[in-house]
Order: sequence, then structure tokens, then C-alpha cells
Amino acid sequence: MRAINYAAPTMVEDAVRILRENGAGARIFAGGTDLIVQVRENTRDVDVMVDAKGIEELTRVEIGADGSVTLGAAVPCYQIAGDDAIVAAFPGLIDAAGIIGGTAIQGRASLGGNLCNSSPAADGIPALIVHGATANIAGPDGRRSVAVADFCTGPGTNVLAAGEMLVSLTIPALVPNSGAHYLRFTPRNEMDIAVVGAGAQVVLDGDTIVSARIALGAVAPTPMYAAAADEALAGQPATEESYEAAAAAAQNAATPITDMRGTADFRNHLVAVLTKRALRGAVERAKGGAVNGR
Amino acid sequence: MAVTRDEPIKTDDFDVIGTSPVRHDGVDKVTGRALYGADIHLPGMAHGKVLRSPHAHAVIRAIDTSKAEALPGVVAVITGADFPDPGEHMTQAGEGGAQSIINKSADIMARGKAHYAGHPIAAVAARDLPTAEAALALIEVDYEVLPPVMSAEAAMAAGAPIIMPDLRTDEDGAELDGETNVSEHSVAEEGDLAAGFAAADFIIETEYFTSPVHQGYIEPMNGTAWWRGDGTLDIWGSSQGHFGIRGEVSELLLIPVSKIRVMPMEIGGGFGGKTTSYLEPLAAVLSRKSARPVKMTMTREEVLKATGPTPGTREKVKLGVSNAGKITAAHVNLYFEAGGFPGSVLGAGVITALSPYALENMRVDGYEVLVNKTHTGAYRAPGATMSEYAVETAVDEACERLGMDPTEFRLLNASQEGDLRVDGLPFPKMGTVETTRAIQDSAHWRTPLEPAAEPHLRRGRGMASGYWMNGGGMSSAQAIVNADGTVTLREGSMDIGGTRTSIAMQLAETLGIDVLDVIPVVPDTDSIAFTGVTGGSRTTYATGMAAQLAAEDVLRQMVAGLAEVWGVAADDIAYENSTFAAGDNAASFKEAAALLDDADILVTGKTSIAPTRPGPAIAVHAADVEVDIETGKVQILRYTAAQDVGTAIYPPYVEGQIQGGAVQGIGWALNEEYWYDDDGLLRNSTLLDYRMPTAPDVPMIDAVIVEVPNPGHPYGVRGVGEAPIVPPPAAIANAIYDAIGIRLRTLPMSPPRIIAALANNTKE
Repeated sequence: MRAINYAAPTMVEDAVRILRENGAGARIFAGGTDLIVQVRENTRDVDVMVDAKGIEELTRVEIGADGSVTLGAAVPCYQIAGDDAIVAAFPGLIDAAGIIGGTAIQGRASLGGNLCNSSPAADGIPALIVHGATANIAGPDGRRSVAVADFCTGPGTNVLAAGEMLVSLTIPALVPNSGAHYLRFTPRNEMDIAVVGAGAQVVLDGDTIVSARIALGAVAPTPMYAAAADEALAGQPATEESYEAAAAAAQNAATPITDMRGTADFRNHLVAVLTKRALRGAVERAKGGAVNGR
Repeated sequence: MAVTRDEPIKTDDFDVIGTSPVRHDGVDKVTGRALYGADIHLPGMAHGKVLRSPHAHAVIRAIDTSKAEALPGVVAVITGADFPDPGEHMTQAGEGGAQSIINKSADIMARGKAHYAGHPIAAVAARDLPTAEAALALIEVDYEVLPPVMSAEAAMAAGAPIIMPDLRTDEDGAELDGETNVSEHSVAEEGDLAAGFAAADFIIETEYFTSPVHQGYIEPMNGTAWWRGDGTLDIWGSSQGHFGIRGEVSELLLIPVSKIRVMPMEIGGGFGGKTTSYLEPLAAVLSRKSARPVKMTMTREEVLKATGPTPGTREKVKLGVSNAGKITAAHVNLYFEAGGFPGSVLGAGVITALSPYALENMRVDGYEVLVNKTHTGAYRAPGATMSEYAVETAVDEACERLGMDPTEFRLLNASQEGDLRVDGLPFPKMGTVETTRAIQDSAHWRTPLEPAAEPHLRRGRGMASGYWMNGGGMSSAQAIVNADGTVTLREGSMDIGGTRTSIAMQLAETLGIDVLDVIPVVPDTDSIAFTGVTGGSRTTYATGMAAQLAAEDVLRQMVAGLAEVWGVAADDIAYENSTFAAGDNAASFKEAAALLDDADILVTGKTSIAPTRPGPAIAVHAADVEVDIETGKVQILRYTAAQDVGTAIYPPYVEGQIQGGAVQGIGWALNEEYWYDDDGLLRNSTLLDYRMPTAPDVPMIDAVIVEVPNPGHPYGVRGVGEAPIVPPPAAIANAIYDAIGIRLRTLPMSPPRIIAALANNTKE
């Protein structure tokens, strides 16, 4: 425990300058639900905490004319899960945004922070991946965008270079006859971290799966896009047999470990169970039905 | 005023007992005014932190504290060398089992060897916490790392690394030769085991494993000490017994109890874990060395890594059963992991294992084994949950074999007054039958379980019994009648579960006054006579009895005083309906208090007692579960907990104790465990990964209060707090079996274990 400097810039450019000037010791935070805990538990060394909540661009929610939504990186989960337009357009994203922490944490935690913390077990990241979301980044050399699927590089690490920060996330509109669903397994019903998480998005033509995206959490060094599972589903009927094939492909792609949250065998088993459940939910929504009341 | 001690003086017609008054400590707690140990701030106070071993098993070759001592702001650094040799006598601060004081001393500050990861190696006091933490990083320790021993089986294997080279096995009182990790083998036996098994129609023989689990109190351990220049020592902390802390610090630091004063602070949960000292002696030595008050608090990680959870165990059960459904013989082998030092709750595990049953032929072998884990301690009905989980699950297998309803089997074999416990003592009056019948008659047990809505969900129902002997012990109370007719009740028991009110109610009942006219106070150790730890479910019984007797003393003195004031014979004064009367003279309690005050007659009732007939508690629980066979997750659908509580003094408290115990038992059954890696390091030392149940994980626990008054207490009180944690693991294991047809014999019955069991079952 020691004294830490606190900065509260109001412009992205100022935040980038503070990051650049302070190097690795500076860290952006939105709700602080990960960062403050890490600093207190001595698992991350920080000299300057840069509060993103004063930057308007990072707290903005924009719904585009094309139906896409751009979420400021610091927009708290409760605001996302409480926004009727977002809930109606992206129920599969709400599946994740609505379970990151309990009610109190929801008021602070953001999907942007969830992405930048880059935990392999993050709930938000698989959901963003299956939605084909893009991370919009600002840095000393200007702005760039990276697919969320390519954002994380290892446990707690990502593509953000020195001086760079996440500004927002853009989620493209779902095409007609498509649906998405995310779910996780936790031994407790609340206040827990995913032992395995799975997200799915499908596009249907009648009862045929035109295309699909599957993403998994907590079974690899990063949340992972399981492309092989997509290939197993494309052009197949939306049936249990197809889900089984996708589940097997997802299991093949996963490389889980044994730790205090679960054994590798158990995680491997859950990959199949949750991939199938995620697919069933995504198909249900693609057909106009509801999952979890959405 | 005469009280018959053989039977409770009243069993109905109470005025105060059985009501639910506003609790005396309520306003301070809900307004944040209540002071806990960590709220203490003293002039010139320094802050202490502990350097802990990063290794599970290591020889400490050398410790260099010079750089830490040189850091500006550091006021004291201590190691094991700063502690005296306290000798080898046995000590017992709480209900965690007796241990040698030299081992306790080496547990709170290592002497030459680290016995577990988290073992204190040195401690620092500094002007602020960041400086203390910086100083810890400057202490250089030269370790010779040794292979750790992480289970009772591994520790007992030939060639196992030896944790304490001087340790010899205590073989039922005799000392065995040779190096060992087995500190004790005790035997309790009654009847003829071989004849009993020969008479059986069938034998059930099974083996079980449980993991260490923590009490999970929310307030972390803390201790503040101020060693004054005159050699007196003041201590503030969070404990279940301030006299126990005083005694332990006295023995550890070789200073007389009369030089130590321990201030009772409010406590944020203990459940047995706060019956012994960890930080108080370190803070005291740091205070002596720095000549300042020193405050120490643990982080959650320190609490989980380095305080005493309940032991992990291995248990073997052999039951001989007749086709008529009688247990003809029972033999239980218990292997308890003591942790890094000897001393554990094994003794209580031995006594309780078979106690729900009346048995003629029985034997329990208890083995206490050292492993490189934090030294274990007491946790709510210490030892009983593990040993009775094993027996209650084996009994369920016998019931299945017999095709007999498990409640009927328990009624047929129920232990009752006069039957012998395994240690040869006869059971006193207790409600084994009444409590089992309460479950049989419950809406829960009589309502068939509805099938699950989806094919991957399976439902099952199970039940189990639990026995806890409850404690007596030393208690003191003083009742001071104030001029306004209120009564200040000074009592020596730390209040960890609402006992200020439940004890005040017994005083008020006897005095015939409103309980809100009682002002209960728990004073420091200089200001009330000795009282034992709040543990063993003893407080409402023993200190309640002390208060009840103090009230009788008050009434005697008031009658004597009024006799003087009124000029009548004391024998002519009657006290009925809260009114003293003799002829034309009459005075309510308050009027009498004023009369006596006017006459300069002071009334202080007082008692110090050690009652010995606490009366056991019996708990019988029923659980409905739903198992997701795809994920292994178990959801508790319905839970009913019946318990013989003697007399329910404050029914909502009683229900709260039953519900709290059941929930802790549910956590133990399903998800709680100490998860060690291959190096013997605890990897889930946070409340995120040490998964205690949260509110969404448990249904409303339906508490059924059964009252079989305890003849050993004037109001029939039995201890309530511990028994309800005993049945849940077995009740849930039995329910899971009913749901999926597989016996889970390892706790916790976590999702990975259930999926692995289902997979193995499919293979077979």
C-alpha cells in the first residue's frame, strides 16, 4: 500500500498525454472494479490512476443510423443493461453486461474496462467477439481500430501500445434472422467468475444456419474466437446434431488448465455443454423468441 | 424464591422468554456507532504487519532484519527470538482442542522452521502501514525449502517428510517411539465390537474425505496492544472470549494475568475461529519493543492462509446392521489433519461421530496427523460435522439396503436418556426422537418431491441427523439495581450472537421486569469475574443461568431491604406479578428500587458458576436438491431444519442460528474447500474463489423449533448455535444420491466432482 497519483482528464488527448508521460506506471480506469482490487492486492503496480469517467467521449452511447451501437469505454454496465434500445437490439450482449458483478459492481464496471483488463475469464469479451465488435483506440499516433477478437494477447495483456487507450466499442447491427446468446458456468449463482463462458451468434435462413460465430472464455490464455466451430455450423440445419459437431470443434480448439476454479477435464466438458446451450439460445432469438426474458 | 434444580422452574407462562424484544445492541450496530477492534486509534499508535513464509515447509537458516530496522519510520522488528520459552504445559483458550503452549508460541511466530505457507516469520511496527509493508520487503530470510506433506494419507506413509522431528505419537495416553507425523491416536470403545459385527445381517463399509473449510467470519482478525511503562498490558481485539485471550497472552509472554487487561470489542463473526490469539501477542511484543501502542489487522488473504480452519479429514465407517433395522455394531476411523502443529478438534469428532444412535457395540479410533497446512482450529460444532457426515451417509446406505425410511431407521436406533455415548458417559435427556418426528411431520417431508422440468435436471431428497454435546463452563454475572428501577447487567461473555439480550431476558424473567429495563454490559477483564469463551454453545445456557441466579440474589436482597424499610419480617414479603407485598405495604419493582435507594440500601446481585449439565442439542435436517447432470451444479430447492433447542429464549435468534448453521453447512457440502497447489500453496485465499454461499444460492431455511426442556437449566435452556451445521453435508449427499444414484464420498460435492462421478459411473 502506498500513495498513488490520480488524474481526471476531460479530453482523450490529455489522457493520452498523461499515459505517454508516465509510461507503464499510468493506468486508465473507469469503474476501478478490477484495477483498484489489483493495486490493493499488490498484483499490479500503478503510479498514476487516470480516471476515464470525466471524458465525455468515453461515457457516450451512440446508436448509428445503420443500427450499430458505439459504447464509450467507461459506460457502466447498469447503463447498458438498462438501455431499452440496446437491450432490444443486442440481447446477447446484455447476457454478458448484466452479469459482470453484482448490483453494486454493475454501477461501476464497464464493458470497456472488462476488455482492457483482458482476463481470460471475462464475460464481456466472448459476447463482444460473437457480435463482431471493434475496439476503437486512441494513442500518441492517432486513432486506430482493432477487432475485439484480436484485442487480447495473453492473461492480462492486450494490443494497447504505450500511451494508447480504449475509447469506445462499436457493435455492428445484427442482420435479419440472426440472434446471439452468452452464458457462463459458475458454481455460485452470483459473485463468481466464469469457470467457462460461451457465446454464440447465428444467422438463419429458415432452419438452416447460414453462418455462426462461437467464442469461449476461461479455456485459453485469452477469451477465444473458435473459428472451427463456425465452420462446423455453416450451411448445417439448426439441430442438436449440428450443435454437437460445433461443440466438438469448440472442445478441440480449447486449451483449458486445472486451477482452483475447475479442472481441465471439467472445463473441457463444460465447453461442449455451454456451446450447445449458447447455440440453442442464439437460434431461439434468431427465430424471434426470447431467452432470459429478452 | 426456591428453585428446583432438577427440573426447569417454568416451562410455559413466561412473560419475557419466548418474546422478541428490540435487541440491546441493535441501535449502535445499525447506526455505525458500535466499535470493533479495527476502530481503535490510540495516541502515538504504530501499525504492525507480519512477514509470512512463502513456503509450505522450510527450515529457516537465517533472518536478517537490519535493513528493515534501518528504514525511517520503522519502530520495531521482531522474530521468534523476541519470544520467551513458555514451557510445555497444555493450554486451551477455546474449543479448538488442547495444545502445548510451546507449539502455540511457535505457531504465532516461527522458531527455526516454517510449518505452512503463511506461517509468521517476523513482524514489523512502523508509523504507518505503507512503511510497515515496505519494511517487510527488506527482511531477508534464508530458507532451506523442504518437500511439503499435504494430506493425512501422505503424512502417514512410510518415508514421509517429517514436520516436527521431536514429535512422538500419543497412543491412547502412552508415547510411541520413533519420528512420525501422527501426533495422537485415541480410542473410545463400548461393548463387544466383534460380537456386534457377527450379529449383523449385513455390513456397510465406506470411506470419506473432507477438505479444510474456514469459518468465513466477515470481520478479519485484529489486535491492538499497549504495553505501558509500568509493565501492564492493554489489549483490544476481536475474540470470542477476552478472558481466553488474556490467559493465552499471559502464558505466551510469561506475564501474570493481573497485568493484562483485555477490552471486549464488538465482533464481526467468529464461529469458533476467534477463540485463540494470533495478532495480540505479536502486537504486545512490538509494543514493548517500540514503547508505543501497536495495531495489527489481517487482510482476507492472511485470514484464510494463516488462521485456523477446520481440519481436512479422511474417515472410514463400518456399520453392522440387522435385517430388522438395528445397528448391531459400528466402527469409525477418523484421520484429522491438525495442520502444521499438534492440537485439533479430534476429541469432539470422536465423541460425536456415532452419538445420534443408541449402540451397544461401538468403537471410534481417532488419528491426529500433521500436514503442512495452517494449524487448524474450531469451527461451529468442531469435529462433529466431518465425523457425523461420514456416519450419516453410511446410515443412508444402510436404509437403502433395508428399504427403510431414513427417519424410521433413526427412530428405531435413536439415542436417548441413559444410553451410553462412545466415551462411556450416559446421555442426559435430549430430543432425538422428538426432533426426528418433527421432520417426519413436517410439510416438507410429507409433500412428495415434484419431478424436474427439464431432462438434464434431476431431483432428490435426503435427510440427516446431528448431535452436539454443548458446553457448560465458568460464567459470571452481576446485576446492579439502579435508583430508577432499571438493572445494569454486567456479564463476562463476549456477545457474538445476541447473547446480551438472550441473557438479559433470563434476568428480566426472574426479576419480573421489562427486558428493556435491563442494561446489559460486557466489561473488560478487570471489571467482571472470569468467564469462559463464548463457544461450545454454552453462553445462553451458562451465563444465562448465572444471570438468572444473580436475579434471585437481587430479589433476596430487595426483600431483605424492604423488610427493613417496612419494618416487617422478610418471610412475610411476597413477590408476585412484579409487586413486593407484605400486609398493607406494596411496591412495584421500580417503586421498591426507589424506596431502597432512599433508605441508602444498595442492591447488587452476583454469581460465578460452572454448571455442568448443558444438555445436548439434536438437529435433524431434510434437503431437496436439483442436480444439473450436464454441469454438475446442485441447487437446494427446499431445506427444513428441526432442532431441539430446550427452551427458545428469543425465537428469532434461535431461528437465525439454525438458518446460519444450515447455510454454513450447505457451503461446506457444495463448494467450500482449501485448494492447494502442488507446492502446498493455498490458491483460493479470497472470498471470490473461496466460495461461500451467497443469498441467491440458498432457499429460505425453514427452521422448526422443538422444545425438550433441559433439566439442567432453570428455564430449560440448551445451547443452540452449533448443532445446525452438522447435518447439512450428509443430508445433501443423501439427496444427491437420491437424485442421480451416485454416492459422493468427498466434500465438497462440487460441480467438477459430480461431473467426474457421473462420467465414472457411465464407464462402469
